[in-house]
Amino acid sequence: MNKFLKQMKEGILDQNPVLVQLLGMCPTLATTTSLENAFGMGMAATAVLICSNIFISLLRKFIPKQVRIAAYIVIISGFVTAVELLMRAYLFTLYQSLGLFIPLIVVNCIILARAEAFASKNPVLPSAVDGLAMGLGFTFALCILGAVRELLGAGSLLGFRILPEAYPDMVIFILPAGAFFTLGFVIAAVQKISSVAAKRARARENAAEEAERAAEAEQQNNESEVQVG
Amino acid sequence: MDEQLNRGSAPMPEVLTVTPSPHVRRKGLKTSVIMIDVIIALLPATVWGVIAFGFSAALVVALATVSAVFFEWMMRKLMKRPMTISDCSAAVTGLLLGLNLSPSVPWYVPIVGSAFAIIVVKQLFGGIGRNIMNPALAARVFLMMCWPAAMSDYPAAFTYGADAVAGATPLVALKGSALPDASLLDLFLGKTGGCIGEISTLLLLVGGVYLIVRRVIAWQIPVCMLGTVAVLTLLFPQGDVGALQYMTASLCSGGLMIGAIYMATDYVTSPVTTLGRVIYGVGCGLLVVFIRFFGGYPEGTSFAILIMNSLVWYLDMLTRPKVYGKNRKKGGA
Repeated sequence: MNKFLKQMKEGILDQNPVLVQLLGMCPTLATTTSLENAFGMGMAATAVLICSNIFISLLRKFIPKQVRIAAYIVIISGFVTAVELLMRAYLFTLYQSLGLFIPLIVVNCIILARAEAFASKNPVLPSAVDGLAMGLGFTFALCILGAVRELLGAGSLLGFRILPEAYPDMVIFILPAGAFFTLGFVIAAVQKISSVAAKRARARENAAEEAERAAEAEQQNNESEVQVG
Repeated sequence: MDEQLNRGSAPMPEVLTVTPSPHVRRKGLKTSVIMIDVIIALLPATVWGVIAFGFSAALVVALATVSAVFFEWMMRKLMKRPMTISDCSAAVTGLLLGLNLSPSVPWYVPIVGSAFAIIVVKQLFGGIGRNIMNPALAARVFLMMCWPAAMSDYPAAFTYGADAVAGATPLVALKGSALPDASLLDLFLGKTGGCIGEISTLLLLVGGVYLIVRRVIAWQIPVCMLGTVAVLTLLFPQGDVGALQYMTASLCSGGLMIGAIYMATDYVTSPVTTLGRVIYGVGCGLLVVFIRFFGGYPEGTSFAILIMNSLVWYLDMLTRPKVYGKNRKKGGA
């Protein structure tokens, strides 16, 4: 259980595929024009990532090393096709607004990176958890970007007007240029937060160590006093 | 800091001063002196813009300038760096941005523009001297993509906010392969619609001559840029109009003059070598004409200068003078 939580924390925060590893920039920049699109893209990629991680992990002893990338791509594209057909059947408007970026999940480097770096070396269960964690991390980052861009660019969230009518929509945040600005600022904020958190953790460790040392010193003092006494 | 300055001005024996390039010839030349020269050169055009468009123009320019200085102060405080507002560079950026806006923009447009120019384009790259693009121009393009309708709505001159229907601006007319409604003299003197500071070609040229005489700007850049536009529009006039009329109208309309004289010549974002400056000016001119002829927007000066800004590093590398005595024979003796 503990291991599971650690893996989830790695995927969503410490090793976030978008905000820390800077993988999968193309869908990140292109599909985050609104919160809905961002969430849909994140979920589609998560589904593919979990399934492909499970299957690659199952087949890791059968796939010859020389052709492994081709084998991974075949497995991934099978699942992408399944997700694409499902979305076309049940989420047609989302399918239309994401357009080309659904089939492009095949070449999403997060999925290939997890296959190569994790699923091909680990048993099935940890691989599935890794897929879930990385997929949720991807979705989390996309949702932050989508929310900021939709709020600034259209004054709404999930299609509902949030900001007052008087707010002049800054259209640039819906355009590609706004995606780069938003991503830059979000990554800067994440770096700042994680460096502050690391500093605090270090300070806490130092304080704990010092307290221990002080306690030890006191004990020694007491002992010496006893001897003197 | 003060201590160092005092030590520098104390009487000293004659010494050989060794400094890295660029070598500044004039004594007492500081950033603030150059920047105040630019402001002086822009004053006639600014005053003319206020006369032509009234109080709203003055308000836009003032908002842009004051907020640019404020954001510079705020960012330097936040980043705990030495204060730089006294070098007036932020004021020049704000003034140029204000002059490049339509007088009818809402109040938040100049403020957001200044924030983008100073915070994103200038300070995030390290402040004065480190920005890779002209902050005022980058902010203008940012605003054009943010609020395209407000940014391309130009009232006619001397209507003062009355609901007079503004005729097509000279540039829109040229885009439609026709000559502007205004006569050439009106274009030259600045009696047409447009951005606050760009309308009067005459006053911008006067300021440009002042800057060249004071050796603040390099003459190669504006001359090459305007020359390229002149040659191209003379050779390839669009539509069924006289070549000479088309050329003069093209030179006197839109932001070409203010861009060529005041924005393309920004020290930080233009080459330092003479050949580099010539290539840079010609490149700006070519891009202006290409965007005006084939692009989606009627005006291409902002984009042209920004694109050439991003090539300045390569131009400087390509045109770097050879060190004497080196590389005389490839492969050595």
